[in-house]
Amino acid sequence: MKIYLKIWRQKDNLSKGSFKDYTVEDVNKDMSFLEMLDTLNLKLVKQGERPVEFDHDCREGICGQCGVMINGIAHGPLKNTTTCQLHMRSFKDGDTIYIEPFKAEAFPIVRDLKVDRSSLDRIITSGGFVSVDTGQAPEANSIPITYEEAEAAFDAAACIGCGACVASCKNSSAALFTGAKITHLELLPQGQKETHKRVAEMVEQMEKEGFGHCSNTEACQVECPENISVLNIARMNFEYNKSKLLVKK
Amino acid sequence: MQKPFLDTKIPEGPLEKKWSNYKQHAKLVNPNNRKKLEIIVVGTGLSGASAAASLAEMGYQVKSFCFQDTPRRAHSVAAQGGVNAAKNYKNDGDSVYRMFYDTLKGGDFRSREANTYRLAECSASLIDQAIAQGVPFAREYGGYLRNRSFGGVQVSRTFYARGQTGQQLLLGAYQGLMRQVKAEKVKLYTRHEMLDLVLIDNKAKGIIARNLDTGEIERHGAHAVVLATGGFGKIYYLSTLAMGCNASAIWRAHKKGAFMANPSWTQIHPTSLPQSGPYQSKLTLMSESLRNDGRIWVPKDQNEKRKPNDIPEEDRDYYLERKYPSFGNLAPRDIASRAAKEQIDAGKGVGALKNAVYLDFSRALKEYGKNIIKERYGNLFDMYRKITGINAYDEPMKISPAAHFSMGGLWVDYELMTSINGLFAIGEANFSDHGANRLGANSLLQACVDGYFILPYTLSNYLATEIKVPKTDIQHKEFDIAEANCSKLLEDFLTTKGTKTAEEFHKELGKELYDKCGLSRSKEGLEKAIENIQKLRKEFKSNLIVPGDAAEVNSELEKAGRVADYLEVAELMCIDALQRDESCGAHFRQEYQTEDGEAKRDDENFSYSAAWEWTTNPSKPNLNKEPLIFEFVKPTVRSYK
Repeated sequence: MKIYLKIWRQKDNLSKGSFKDYTVEDVNKDMSFLEMLDTLNLKLVKQGERPVEFDHDCREGICGQCGVMINGIAHGPLKNTTTCQLHMRSFKDGDTIYIEPFKAEAFPIVRDLKVDRSSLDRIITSGGFVSVDTGQAPEANSIPITYEEAEAAFDAAACIGCGACVASCKNSSAALFTGAKITHLELLPQGQKETHKRVAEMVEQMEKEGFGHCSNTEACQVECPENISVLNIARMNFEYNKSKLLVKK
Repeated sequence: MQKPFLDTKIPEGPLEKKWSNYKQHAKLVNPNNRKKLEIIVVGTGLSGASAAASLAEMGYQVKSFCFQDTPRRAHSVAAQGGVNAAKNYKNDGDSVYRMFYDTLKGGDFRSREANTYRLAECSASLIDQAIAQGVPFAREYGGYLRNRSFGGVQVSRTFYARGQTGQQLLLGAYQGLMRQVKAEKVKLYTRHEMLDLVLIDNKAKGIIARNLDTGEIERHGAHAVVLATGGFGKIYYLSTLAMGCNASAIWRAHKKGAFMANPSWTQIHPTSLPQSGPYQSKLTLMSESLRNDGRIWVPKDQNEKRKPNDIPEEDRDYYLERKYPSFGNLAPRDIASRAAKEQIDAGKGVGALKNAVYLDFSRALKEYGKNIIKERYGNLFDMYRKITGINAYDEPMKISPAAHFSMGGLWVDYELMTSINGLFAIGEANFSDHGANRLGANSLLQACVDGYFILPYTLSNYLATEIKVPKTDIQHKEFDIAEANCSKLLEDFLTTKGTKTAEEFHKELGKELYDKCGLSRSKEGLEKAIENIQKLRKEFKSNLIVPGDAAEVNSELEKAGRVADYLEVAELMCIDALQRDESCGAHFRQEYQTEDGEAKRDDENFSYSAAWEWTTNPSKPNLNKEPLIFEFVKPTVRSYK
């Protein structure tokens, strides 16, 4: 296949970026999307040009490091699929593909398609954990957790932290990311003790980072590679309100 | 100069008392003194994150480094199937001793008894720890924890969180780490790559790191340095590892005096997706847990043209069930991979490139129904469909062996300290517990046990002698020298201005290694490989191309550094494989096999770990031998038949 690319190139967060045109010949349908970019980069480097910088690492859909907007959609056209797991069989010969970074105020551009998502780390740092030190843990089976509870907690815990929810949201809200962690820990007895403090701190950190508010368009769930449910956002709002009523200042 | 050669520091006493003896007698650091002591931890996977968090909880000042954009992306995240622990929740005869024995036997009696026993001994606490952190392990309907079986054992001791056990364990450790970032006990340096280790008076005192976003070279000092930088299976280019996985941190420490042990012992995982073309950048793993319900077969006829579902039972060869009736499809990884290679080499491979075997779920689907199979492996079936476009509920998966785990790594003693004082190596970066073959679901375990439960004791024991030592002065001349060397190296890559990219060198090297130092090795092949690697290294020096400059984001420059190290590690791997005139575990020398093609060990001459010492000439390393002394177990012929 022959694929035409329009790729966002930007030197750093202070410079102005623009789309540049590239053509990749000999694209195989079994190639992954990133391997198609590798093919382009090989050509560019051999010509002594700067390759397109993009984030990636595990290339099996779990580390959450890859992620670009493909024709305006986070991670591209396939549902529940990260950029690295998208294959060229989803495109056809002669297609033109627009590739842009995940854009949000809280995700400054590092270079080209690479963005800085440390704002998500800071949300976890603010309270996304169970306060247990190594050595304090009781016998694992001493707290039974029903199958349903464990599965529901897992559904929320499956978030890979890629930031597609933020990039897909017209308000650049991180509500799905934050709500998923709050829900994961809130559904388990180990995490419940700190719920009120956690939810208040995480929501405040989210705002401090410059993420927008959720206006319930549900675009985040549609583009989430892990299919994290927007019900996590509802739970976050519920727990947040509760924490404001119940926590003594 | 250095510590006495290869002092293993194994504590006295019976096997089951050694670790408690150690803990009872280890030196301690007073809580008030801990905050004066700084520790650098490089790597934030399971071992690095768990170590950094645990040490910070104790009160030490920790600096944590990773090359990814956040600690949660380290490649532990990709481990799928599970983590072993001798809880015996299944009442099926498991015990610490049995787990120890399984691990030792799985490693073909090429690991240290005391270390392996300690791994099994600490396994139960890890499950407790993970549960307390909120790791959502699989549960029975009554609310208790669920287990499954993995290769090389006959009990069910594997705990799991769907097919994402590594992710969930890592998130637990990562969240623990971030909690310490909030407490200001850990300072986090993401997008930083370690370029060199700095020694002052023969002790590890700091590192040189490059900020990958700005290109800035930084100096960091500490009272001790911990390398938790994972494995280097990516040296084969096509592997199940992440693109950024590398040997650079441990290799540069090696060049400063840390011994590398058994570097050629690489686990080739039997169930990965086969290569589909030359553009391929990695091979995706399909969890070993699939072998609980999947049956592996090839057509009996090498000219078979029918689709897999049209081939009747009598024309299929379930070769693992046939050759290893008592373990069947759950034979250990080295054996399963070699058996697959044997079928593929005999022309019975399936798929367009005839480089795969079938993994068939039809019987399990019939027996349990689609819902149960979906619940057990749903995400793996989804992943398979995304990558291949094939629905594995309807037809068998095609799988193939791929480079996966480094049993070799930095040599460490019982305290996980390398041959450099004050330099520790934990997790996959060290060589310690798995011998010549690692059992499935033991790598997450080792990473966690090293980080949560062992290092806090052994590092304290070391630091107890350092409490009067002031903070490391990063203006020391050793830092000047190390920094100048690093800058020069980067400059050399940029000014070579040849025609071949780092990636092209890497691909070539990977193929050479896979062919000659992979699943099967021979004297002739290894000698040829050494020659070819030397040539490739020479070419790299004169014909590399790296665009851009060093003071900016430059992923090509990052790759060049990693490949330069790989080109040296690769030669050591071949030298290591060549000196070991026996077959053991994953190390299969064609010259040393039994009549029915199994590995033939030579305990009389090779019951040792090979600890290699850098001599400034990569082709002439020094061999030090750590004899493996079996006090409690008698090594037997490893049979899974």
